[in-house]
Amino acid sequence: MAALTPIYQKPFWLVALSVGAFGGFFGLVVGTANGNGLLGLVVGALLMIALAWGYLNLLKNEGNARGITLAIGAVAGFSLGGLPGGIIGAIFGAVGGWLIYWVHEGRYRAFLPPYLTWFQVLWHYGFRVICALIFIFLITPILVVLPLSFNAENFFTFTPEMLRFDPEGYSLKHYRDFFSNSDWQRSFKNSLIIAPIATIISVSLGTLAAIGLSQAHVPGRRAIMAILISPMIVPLIISATGMFFFYSQIGNWMEGTLGLDKTFVGYVKVILAHAVLGIPFVIITVTATLVGFDRSLTRAAANMGADPVTTFFRVQMPLILPGVISGGLFAFITSFDEVVVVLFVGSASQKTLPWQMFTGLREQISPTILAVATILVAISIVLLTTVELLRRRSERLRGMSPG
Amino acid sequence: MKFTKTLMATTALTMVAAAAGADDHMADELTIVSWGGAYSNSQQKAYHDPYMEKTGINIINDESSPEAVAKLRAMNEADNITWDVVDVVAADAIRLCDEGLAMEIDPDEHLADAPDGTSAEDDFGDLLVSDCFIPQIVYSTTAAYRPDLLPDGAPEPTSICAMFDTETYPGKRTLEKRPINNMEWALICDGVAKDDVYDVLATEEGQDQALAKLDTIKDDVIWWGAAAEPPQFLADGEVIMGTSYNGRWFSAIEEQDQPFEMLWDAQVFDLDGWIIPEGLPEDRLNRALDFIMFATDTQRLADQAAYISYGPARESSAPLVGKHAELGIEMGPHMPTAPENSENIFVYNYGFWADYRDDIDAKFQAWLAQ
Repeated sequence: MAALTPIYQKPFWLVALSVGAFGGFFGLVVGTANGNGLLGLVVGALLMIALAWGYLNLLKNEGNARGITLAIGAVAGFSLGGLPGGIIGAIFGAVGGWLIYWVHEGRYRAFLPPYLTWFQVLWHYGFRVICALIFIFLITPILVVLPLSFNAENFFTFTPEMLRFDPEGYSLKHYRDFFSNSDWQRSFKNSLIIAPIATIISVSLGTLAAIGLSQAHVPGRRAIMAILISPMIVPLIISATGMFFFYSQIGNWMEGTLGLDKTFVGYVKVILAHAVLGIPFVIITVTATLVGFDRSLTRAAANMGADPVTTFFRVQMPLILPGVISGGLFAFITSFDEVVVVLFVGSASQKTLPWQMFTGLREQISPTILAVATILVAISIVLLTTVELLRRRSERLRGMSPG
Repeated sequence: MKFTKTLMATTALTMVAAAAGADDHMADELTIVSWGGAYSNSQQKAYHDPYMEKTGINIINDESSPEAVAKLRAMNEADNITWDVVDVVAADAIRLCDEGLAMEIDPDEHLADAPDGTSAEDDFGDLLVSDCFIPQIVYSTTAAYRPDLLPDGAPEPTSICAMFDTETYPGKRTLEKRPINNMEWALICDGVAKDDVYDVLATEEGQDQALAKLDTIKDDVIWWGAAAEPPQFLADGEVIMGTSYNGRWFSAIEEQDQPFEMLWDAQVFDLDGWIIPEGLPEDRLNRALDFIMFATDTQRLADQAAYISYGPARESSAPLVGKHAELGIEMGPHMPTAPENSENIFVYNYGFWADYRDDIDAKFQAWLAQ
């Protein structure tokens, strides 16, 4: 992109202010870690200002200056915190060196419209910093789990070996435990049995309900909708208690009167309970998609002699499929993540992954949980990506999307 | 529509696969409830695996012992008992027995005699604290510390009162979030003689005295809810000392190589064992009784001690306790009942806590919230 605004050098006080704030913040973090936050803040700020002054007045060569800052950062970091400290220090130095010239030369204005006031420019960059901070806030707890799952010890702790990047400190043993431990395997299998079936039931019933409720002539559709969505609104623990007693009776009847196997009945109960929890998500997403559905298409299909079932499968369903799929995904995740209801309704033969993780956390605090969490995060990412790619592909084939 | 067909085919496939998967579990089953972690692991190896091999019955583990009382009440109300054998501490067994939720056991009929012919009743002796309770292990709640985190020059702690001495041992400590044991230790460290502890604790003033002593360290305490937390806190260096079950400390020190030291002083003995829920159908009851008969015989109880440092509840099992199954170290010296560990023990009073638990619990929780 070509520059929009001619740039010119800025006064030194502006450079001092920005790099001082940057150095001070970083100094505060390092200082707090080493026991004296205030000292770190002052030293960091003064160091950065002094460097900036030296480069701009004495050295006057940008390439050299940035190289020197990077080296200083790396050496200082290495002396304080070993290899990881050195890497963080080098990054800090690289950013610091770049920042000095970015501010001094006024490059930050280059790609912004020339008519912006200084406040608008400040907000332009401030907004991005805030966004980055929010992003870090959201993602850090998930990222922390990843390295800990490779811990060689049976505790949730960053050992000194791990912090030194010593291969001794890392191991795959928690992943091995997950794949070899029969408790984990059984619960993984249970989750893979329960979640898909519950999803299929939720999607079928939820889609039908959404289509029915979108017809204008259905009496009391708002009330029906409210009742169908209630499992999403009622606190889960309340639904779970109610379901426990309700499904206990149903289970006794199925075992006693129908003579079904106890384990099979257990699965049926958990699957039905999860389907109930998943239905509201499907109804909401499908209803939203139906808003954009052109009713005259069904009339046209009827006009050409198609019966309602054919119309549904060949006209309506393909058009509302994105809504159905995302509703299905929500229903799947609801069942796959669910721990409260299964604790009440299920018995130990139906122990699902979240249940196993819950007891594991309470009784053991084993990093196997982190390994499982990492695997689940990976599966979720793959699943969501695949579905999104498939959806785009089908839209493209249909010529629905411009991209 | 290709996609719709694919969808339906997938659906059908899932159903079939799931049904096939569910089929595997339809053999004879026994649902056993226990505590999870290293403890369940020791039961798995000493009882469950040999039993499954011997009988072909499939054992399913449910780690719900912490809420066993509440869940058994709910199951009883819903007439839907899904558990066959439940591992609980003695105090819970007494409660369940009083409420009629656990089945009464006749030691002579339901439990195996010792190999030398001693009757089961004599072999378990005083440990049969309730008619419904089949004792399994003797464990103790005791303290451990990190020598490397103690201040320079501080002597190694030798008494439980180090927990209350924040001047010599500054730093956080971790205690269980309940009054039991903590109140007793507080009184002992406040100068009450060991024999008088429960008499003092029965009075309002005595309870206030214990809470006042705990108040002196309140700011330095991290309260734990699950027994797995104290080893985690200590491994992290978040605390310098804490209390947990002796088996948890053993597992952290010997199996995980953590730099902890045990502080056996004033350890509190407690019992853990099996109960069978009241009202099981005939076939499941017979299976549960058969398992109990097998799992609590002399050899099996001694076997468990090869995986975890809890003392077997039968007198006849004690001589059979050998080496740790994987580490090969002698288990005897790690037992809470070993002479050098039990120089100063504190005897837990079931009757007292059965009577006073609700009152003191309420007081303790109110004090915690202050």
